[in-house]
Amino acid sequence: MSTSVSAAPPAPPDQSPPAKSRPPAGPRSGKARAWGTRAPLLPALVFLIAVTQLPFVATLFISLFDWNSLNPDARSFSGLENYGSVFSDADLRDSVFTTMLLTATVVIVSVVLGLLLALLLNQRFAGRGLVRTLLITPFLLVPVSAALLWKHVLYNPEYGLLNGGWAWFTGLFGVENASQPDWISDMPLLAVEASLVWQWTPFMMLILLAGLQSRPLDMMEAARLDGANAWQMFAFLTLPHLRRYLELGVLLGSIYIVQNFDAVFTITAGGLGTANLPYTIYQTFYQAHEYGLASAAGVVVVIGTIVIATFALRVVSSLFSEEARRA
Amino acid sequence: MSTLSAPKTAGAPGKASTSPGAHDTYGPAARRAKRRSTALGLLAWVVGVVFCFPALWMFLTSLHSEADAATNPPSLTAPLTFDNYSNFFGADGGASPWPPLINSVTASLFSTLFVLVLALPAAYALSIKPVRKWTDVMFFFLSTKMLPVVAGLLPVYLFAKNIGMLDNIWLLVILYTSMNLPIAVWMMQSFLADVPVSIIEAAQVDGARLHTVLIRVVAPVAAPGIAATALICFIFSWNELLFARVLTGVTAQTAPVFLTGFVTSQGLFLAQLCAASVVVSLPVLAAGFAAQDKLVQGLSLGAVK
Repeated sequence: MSTSVSAAPPAPPDQSPPAKSRPPAGPRSGKARAWGTRAPLLPALVFLIAVTQLPFVATLFISLFDWNSLNPDARSFSGLENYGSVFSDADLRDSVFTTMLLTATVVIVSVVLGLLLALLLNQRFAGRGLVRTLLITPFLLVPVSAALLWKHVLYNPEYGLLNGGWAWFTGLFGVENASQPDWISDMPLLAVEASLVWQWTPFMMLILLAGLQSRPLDMMEAARLDGANAWQMFAFLTLPHLRRYLELGVLLGSIYIVQNFDAVFTITAGGLGTANLPYTIYQTFYQAHEYGLASAAGVVVVIGTIVIATFALRVVSSLFSEEARRA
Repeated sequence: MSTLSAPKTAGAPGKASTSPGAHDTYGPAARRAKRRSTALGLLAWVVGVVFCFPALWMFLTSLHSEADAATNPPSLTAPLTFDNYSNFFGADGGASPWPPLINSVTASLFSTLFVLVLALPAAYALSIKPVRKWTDVMFFFLSTKMLPVVAGLLPVYLFAKNIGMLDNIWLLVILYTSMNLPIAVWMMQSFLADVPVSIIEAAQVDGARLHTVLIRVVAPVAAPGIAATALICFIFSWNELLFARVLTGVTAQTAPVFLTGFVTSQGLFLAQLCAASVVVSLPVLAAGFAAQDKLVQGLSLGAVK
């Protein structure tokens, strides 16, 4: 464990309460015994440190060099120069903003839609299993397939389903030459967001549905007998109960959507102001071959993530505190 | 998004009036409740079909000819054909999809296997006989998942290039293993916490060693949880694009990378693209449909059971 794990967010400080309830470290049974309990953990830990942490150390190192792979002889130590470029680079600043906007929009909209769908699916009706299957299908499409589907089959301005459907619909009312927007050019970020919302709403729905189904029935029944109406029961019983599930959905959704590459890469190829951080770094390194600059950007992203993740880990830690307490 | 909200307002009031509660044996309140639930059921069906419609449309388009696929307004009732699928596999002018599909299967299956082999003992050490400061270890695992993959991509690329592992499917196996290991440890930790300690102690009294305990005692009891973990790891590996895109070329190309390249190499391609998308998504769809409950457990890191 003495290996540098500098890139990992520090463990949240509120770890002591579960630690207190843990059984004492046992009678002084010797170091051998302690290693005996630790041994099963080591392969996974060593593997993970080697494959995920060491590259970050290397990134840190490369970020200090002026290094373009198209011109390898000119590689030279440049200190913190790359970091200066990162902060003065308008593209990169824009992509930070785009990443935050994209993540927040997709997470919030899909949580709200997911909650509505979960409430609907929590009713008893014929064919509920089939409807649930229909609703989770978007989430099970390979992200590249889903992105291609939206880009070519739905958004295409000439024969896409959105414009085609709209022309058919307006045609019913005798309207000819209905407006046929070019969705991706006219509203690029919204186009990417809509496809991601479509994919992530089922995920939120599944988590929230599990939350709805774990509501204590006796309490709901008592409230009903006391004359609570549907809205009161939702606002004062269901929503507080769902809090943990909402937090879990937001957290997990954020982890994945912050890092989204597939949709941005496929639908707009990072153009028209939709380049998020993963895409921008990919481009700096893979297309512009600016290794030093890409690494510096990577380090900045990691530091930013550490700040956010420390907060997020605190949320998880409170979510799982019950579980932590029992061991 | 406008497609989602439209049916909710349009569908509900209209449908509610069309379903009379025919039984007079119920009181008016019960009749109203029954009518309400019928209306909600209909609404759920409408919303479900509308929400899923792009996917259903993709499937339908994959069965149309290219000319019928690219009409405006869309043609719902065009004749069906399997040509797109046979063209896709017959590699009509383009590259054969089989090598990428086989690469994807290899990467997904082996990385899932390695994840299970590494995560099961780790989860044992974190839940059944918790090591000291085990919550810190758990959070270390999760924290690696929050770090942006892209920030470590360049060193991995340079390293692979220097040791000649670029365009090698086993590099992806290793990376996918590390990508899924944190999630798997979290999930399995929560599943193994449900295994009664008494049966493990009984096995240990009988002198069973760790790997025997894991394989003979823990694994059978925690089998549903292990299956959920495997399913999630398989799906995430199958879907991955960024690593595969940067680190593979021709021989180790995976199915998602093949799909992204597929578009540029074809002319009129809408129906063909839909067929290709359906084929590539099929393994995940099949696995996900077969194990919907496991999916929830897995995606919530075992927090939702």
